[in-house]
Amino acid sequence: MIVTNKTLDKAVIRFCGDSGDGMQLTGTLFSTLSAVFGNEISTFPDYPAEMRAPQGSLSGVSGYQVHIGAQKIYTPGDQADVLIAMNPAALKTNVKNIKRDAVVVIDEDTFDQSGLEKAEFKTDNPFKELNIESAQILSVPISSLTKSSLADSGLDNKSILRCKNMFALGFVCWLFNKPLEQAEHLLGNKFGKKPTLLQANLKVMTDGYNYGHNIHASVSTYTVNPTKMEKGTYTDVKGNQATAWGLIAASEKSGLPLFLGSYPITPATDILHELAARKELGVKTVQAEDEIAGVCTAIGAAFGGNLAATSTSGPGIALKSEAIGLAVMAELPLVVIDVQRGGPSTGLPTKAEQTDLLQALYGRNGESPCVVIAASTPANCFDYAFQAAKIALEHMTPVILMTDAFLANGSSAWRIPDMKDYPAIVPPFVPEEMQGQWAPYLRNDKNFVRYWAVAGRKGFAHRIGGLEKDGRTGAISTDPENHQRMTDLRQKKVDAIAQVIPPLKVEGDPTADVLVVGWGGTYGHLYAAVEELNAAGRKTAMAHFNYINPLPANTAEVLSKYKKIVVCELNNGQFAAYLRSKMPAGLDIRQFDKVQAQPFSVEEVREAVLAQF
Amino acid sequence: METNYTPQDYKSSGKVKWCPGCGDHAVLNTLHKAMAELGVAPDQMAVISGIGCSSRLPYYMNSYGFHTIHGRASAIATGLKTANPDLTVWQVTGDGDCLAIGGNHFIHAVRRNVDLNIILMNNRIYGLTKGQYSPTSPKGFISKSSPYGTVEEPFRPAELCLGARGQFFARLLDVDLKNSQETLVAAARHKGCSVVEALVNCVIFNDGTHRDIQEKEFRADRTIYLRHGEKMIFGNNRDKGLMLDGFQLKVVTIGQNGITEDNILTHDAHCIDNTLHFKLATMTGPDFPVALGVIRDVEAPTYEEEVRRQVADVQAKRPQVKCLNDFFKTLETWEIK
Repeated sequence: MIVTNKTLDKAVIRFCGDSGDGMQLTGTLFSTLSAVFGNEISTFPDYPAEMRAPQGSLSGVSGYQVHIGAQKIYTPGDQADVLIAMNPAALKTNVKNIKRDAVVVIDEDTFDQSGLEKAEFKTDNPFKELNIESAQILSVPISSLTKSSLADSGLDNKSILRCKNMFALGFVCWLFNKPLEQAEHLLGNKFGKKPTLLQANLKVMTDGYNYGHNIHASVSTYTVNPTKMEKGTYTDVKGNQATAWGLIAASEKSGLPLFLGSYPITPATDILHELAARKELGVKTVQAEDEIAGVCTAIGAAFGGNLAATSTSGPGIALKSEAIGLAVMAELPLVVIDVQRGGPSTGLPTKAEQTDLLQALYGRNGESPCVVIAASTPANCFDYAFQAAKIALEHMTPVILMTDAFLANGSSAWRIPDMKDYPAIVPPFVPEEMQGQWAPYLRNDKNFVRYWAVAGRKGFAHRIGGLEKDGRTGAISTDPENHQRMTDLRQKKVDAIAQVIPPLKVEGDPTADVLVVGWGGTYGHLYAAVEELNAAGRKTAMAHFNYINPLPANTAEVLSKYKKIVVCELNNGQFAAYLRSKMPAGLDIRQFDKVQAQPFSVEEVREAVLAQF
Repeated sequence: METNYTPQDYKSSGKVKWCPGCGDHAVLNTLHKAMAELGVAPDQMAVISGIGCSSRLPYYMNSYGFHTIHGRASAIATGLKTANPDLTVWQVTGDGDCLAIGGNHFIHAVRRNVDLNIILMNNRIYGLTKGQYSPTSPKGFISKSSPYGTVEEPFRPAELCLGARGQFFARLLDVDLKNSQETLVAAARHKGCSVVEALVNCVIFNDGTHRDIQEKEFRADRTIYLRHGEKMIFGNNRDKGLMLDGFQLKVVTIGQNGITEDNILTHDAHCIDNTLHFKLATMTGPDFPVALGVIRDVEAPTYEEEVRRQVADVQAKRPQVKCLNDFFKTLETWEIK
């Protein structure tokens, strides 16, 4: 056989296996070494909610998708060019995610009677049964080759088999012409403290690579050339990490210590993990007794002058609502991070959705305006976490930052910023000369922000609380006129933030008649779809929102230019309904909604928008 | 000890709005006096409260104060103390706020040993909502929400506190002003979470709930004021005392059956084992006196200091990482040139 080599613009590789097979690590290593090689990357882990479902079962399959590109890529890809399936269950649950002519690598050792039965195959030809005979099946005895590779390693059988993911990694490196040196370096960092394991993993990976090289498989190898990226130092960052670091950045730029009060909840917990580990940067974290205590400890820390945050997902926001209302009423700075997942109730904890938007906007008693902003890529979680903190501190308000499971666990290459390029954050501390004339709810008359005296500051002792208070003295007040005035002021304070946020920008072809609108984590899929539509001669514009409350000041002006507006979101039309309530009448606002707790595919967005032409 | 402050310095200009005769007045006045004795500047202390009659107290203090939401004061105070360990933080709460809606936060603040001074005003009733039974109302208690009597057992705050591994528990009686001040001062001086159960009267909805021990004529016979290092002696004639009988406490009379003062137990509030504190704190009439004063006072590492220490330790171990730019240098990175 002749091994040919094809050069591709981009390729999607999906690693899947039992949740104990180490597919997340394999995927991460492959994406990192692709990035180091100079490819654009975007990744998406797809793992089960159960920690360890029965081995070999359909519910125990864990996947990790990597999209690598020689040009700009925006999503982890719709369908895989290459699927690595470590067992029959992994093959069965992932066939819907592969292209017709995909290369499918299987560990043939696991495709025995028992493995097929566990995956509920009815015949002994899984490929026919799944109707994927058009795919290029590469049947590799990964388990047995791993065993013979490590026969003399001195490791026990169980430890040996745990190295089989490295065989798969080596094989895929061969398939994509990735030199192993960088992978060796990465493994060195991973297993550096355990030399025996490091040697074993390195040997298996090398054997996997050589196996590909030697078998003369009737399959082509691929090359995805390096892209031209902006000069700089890069790292592979997940959304939750970026969110955590963005808060640290805001802490440095404001000079206020960072405090996180949080309760573990999927898919937000990695924010707590990351910040709990950053003690060298002075971060204090409290793992609270519940969601309510998570936000309440943060509110206490804000009263004490810290940059205070709480991280959670939709169910946690529901529990924190009353306390967020307290921060609205007391006018304290607070960052609330909602890493959205599928709902309602416990819903689909590991999957992404955008169904918390109206909860974030309106889910509190009373007239209770909060700032709501949303990150749109794993990497820009850093910037929007920074922005959330900056707005909270400078405007004395709770800010809800929306991300989702897709952004939180997905990763992209990130050019590491230099903190000197970020703006200072200047909270409205009471000027010392106001001592004696100051009251806690006196405001700056331009942006309606009250002056802040941190608990413990000499000469400014005062009382605040959740009861309505007199706008002048801060004393409890039930006066009807005063309540109206305070309600209006709290709203005006949030509305005024529209003056300090960037205007809405239009991407794609601004001269089009059709405008695709989205918000938050769907950016990559919507942008890729709009790019494809324009490439196909269908003029399409796009406006993606990161600032939701308040909306950018030019929102009505931008939307009014388009004949048809298609709002695409992963819910039943929450942002569309919000826009209709905020925009002038007469706009033709249509919807493309999906609630499957999965990201959009580029293809379905493209087709849905096309149907509106 | 003389300090630069008088009780007046801790009084805010806010008009106190509790009912005339409410036991909360006494606790407030005692807190003003205790703070003057402690000499902590009013702007170096904060009073955090939840919701309920007692939770109005921060408005009557000339200190930092935060009147928050129902049940959450322990969590908010935990955040404040962790963020700013140098502040003296009081939490003022009631039996409903602390033990019903706020029960979870309360036991965890106690367990963590956050250096909070918690005054739990126990009048065994919901006053602000006008008379429903509370988690400390006795079984069978008739109220607006239990017209045929409650069918549930009450909490005893001491059991929750000690059960949550509390290191400081004290009890005071609203009418016992002199001893109350000593108790609040001891609570403030204790490093760690101090729980003070204040037995207070609700003159409107539960008048006389603590009458058995409040009335002057039998208070000395029905209560015992405990002081560390002193004999457990009580009674109008100071002739009664507590002794151990096997694993049980018993009340004895000095001078009878050959019992002298030497046979009477000496109070050890600092004893790490809390078994005897448990027994003392749960004594009730008519067979036993109700214990007042500091029942348990054991030093242990505090949460906020442990947090501060851990941050300092890690900073000492990673001196090369002082800011985010330094931290980024420790990541797995690659260069694009």
